[in-house]
Amino acid sequence: MGEASATEPERRDGEATGDGVIVTRALTKRYRGGQLAVDGLQLTVPEGSVFGFLGPNGSGKTTTIRMLMGLIEPTSGTAHVLGRPMPRSARAVLPRVGALIEGPALYGFLSGRDNLLRYDAADPTADPRTRRARVAAALDRVGLTAAAGKKAKAYSLGMKQRLGLASALLQPRRLLVLDEPTNGLDPQGMREIRTLVRELASDGTTVFLSSHLLDEIEQVCTHAAVMARGRLIAQGPVSELAAGARGRLVVTTPDPADAARVLEEQGIADVVVAGERVTGEAPARDLAEVNAALVAAGVRVRGFGVERASLEDAFVALTGEGFDVAG
Amino acid sequence: MSRAEAVRGASPLWTLGLLRSELITTFRRRRTLALLGVLAAVPVLVGVAVRIETGDGTSAGGGGGGPAFLSQIINNGLFLVFTALAATLPFFLPMAVGVVAGDAVAGEANAGTLRYLLVAPAGRSRLLLTKYAAVMAFCLVATLVVAVSALVTGALLFPLGDLTTISGTRISFSEGLARALLIALVVAVSLIGVAALGLFVSTLTDSGIAAMATTVGLLITVQILDQIPQLHALHPYLFSHHWLSFADLMREPVYWDDLTKNLGLQALYAAVFGSAAWARFTAKDITA
Repeated sequence: MGEASATEPERRDGEATGDGVIVTRALTKRYRGGQLAVDGLQLTVPEGSVFGFLGPNGSGKTTTIRMLMGLIEPTSGTAHVLGRPMPRSARAVLPRVGALIEGPALYGFLSGRDNLLRYDAADPTADPRTRRARVAAALDRVGLTAAAGKKAKAYSLGMKQRLGLASALLQPRRLLVLDEPTNGLDPQGMREIRTLVRELASDGTTVFLSSHLLDEIEQVCTHAAVMARGRLIAQGPVSELAAGARGRLVVTTPDPADAARVLEEQGIADVVVAGERVTGEAPARDLAEVNAALVAAGVRVRGFGVERASLEDAFVALTGEGFDVAG
Repeated sequence: MSRAEAVRGASPLWTLGLLRSELITTFRRRRTLALLGVLAAVPVLVGVAVRIETGDGTSAGGGGGGPAFLSQIINNGLFLVFTALAATLPFFLPMAVGVVAGDAVAGEANAGTLRYLLVAPAGRSRLLLTKYAAVMAFCLVATLVVAVSALVTGALLFPLGDLTTISGTRISFSEGLARALLIALVVAVSLIGVAALGLFVSTLTDSGIAAMATTVGLLITVQILDQIPQLHALHPYLFSHHWLSFADLMREPVYWDDLTKNLGLQALYAAVFGSAAWARFTAKDITA
């Protein structure tokens, strides 16, 4: 790295960025109208993670991503990507970052292949001699080889999304920033994207994935951060985030009233009866004893178990609200 | 980190690659082709009209109005080139340039492709320079389309041969052809000011249509201002004021005074609005 730091003097004033691929410190964006879109963001994306960036529409995710990609100047605070400050080091950083920002954007009058050739020509580090081969490989990777010669305006939304992904995969990347990558895809397409993300991650690429779909994040991500109203509410490994919300004990029985009484006697909090389902906060003690107490009291138990907390539970616990559009 | 070195080494060639891509993209747009088609049709219309008017053997309205050189066409088809350029320069040519320049940045912002070019990363200054180069290439191509279409039409409908300059001297056909080419180049250069203005407007908005309409609107406004005698103090600074000075290239000897004023004015517009476009585009938040 000696040469690089010699040619990039601005590196010196960057504070310690740890080993995060993306590190922001007090990153803030206030738009000209005075609206605070992102407020003091402290985000750290570990190297090699699949990082889920969650939040309702309008929570500041896209503004954050645009600041990370050097499209928007922060009002205050700093953002480092691959260890260098953005947007100042955009020319050194961005060739190693593949991005899909707010959906694909294509030249409708050009074929899918020609769209990729144009985007590749805009990358100063892309070798023109290997351009056609790399474009073909990227098209193949997203399953668009057969439609490569078609004009992009004839593409379906799913095909456009794939072409956008292909443009992020034109070169080997250290970081992929994918903003809502499964938008417009059918379930089969979604599964393919998840497989692709896992493949890329296993090659060592860090994937930064924004989504408003919680189970999507839960299925592929190792880490996650949650935003609401421009602020970061939580971040960390997905398992820890989900563990923050305790699981719930669920008893299925034809005798719900009795079951509820027994569970309360057993010291279980927040007992809720809903039809034949009785739920309560999962206790710390051995569940076998609770079950034995139910049976001993003559409650007919059909089902008994703990439902693991989902990220959605964690989200609701964190924000105290549903997953709606922020006002 | 050999990658950083490679970036530096490949830089000049890469810019050419980006320019090539920009040219291909500009000239494959259907709108660009339609504009060029309209421009190619103007000389054909003028040629056919002159031919029909003079079909009965009388000379084409000797004194009357109409664009410069109109009356000469009947004797020499080469004059159709000058007539066609004189007829398209006030409006058709700059309108076409205004549309292409206005769309250059705003159109890409509107389609969202701008953000992908910038994260590629094309670099804002380089992208803007490439865009300006492509718009200037369009100025040249558009002018040549008019000139070549006029030359072909003129050759088909009228006799060719030696010609008489405005000053009354005779020059050979080949020298006349060289003058025609020179005039086409001067006309193309005359459009640089509009191109810079359009590019600046293009950096102000994320709507291609708005940028195109604004640029063409400014063009019309400037043309009108140039016709109001009370504003004569303003006239020398209007980009269209010296446009028709290209006719001075048909004098013997060539009268350079207005020609150089025109070129200087175009350079001034390019510098002022080019800098403004650069200042705006490099500091802009790309939210589209």
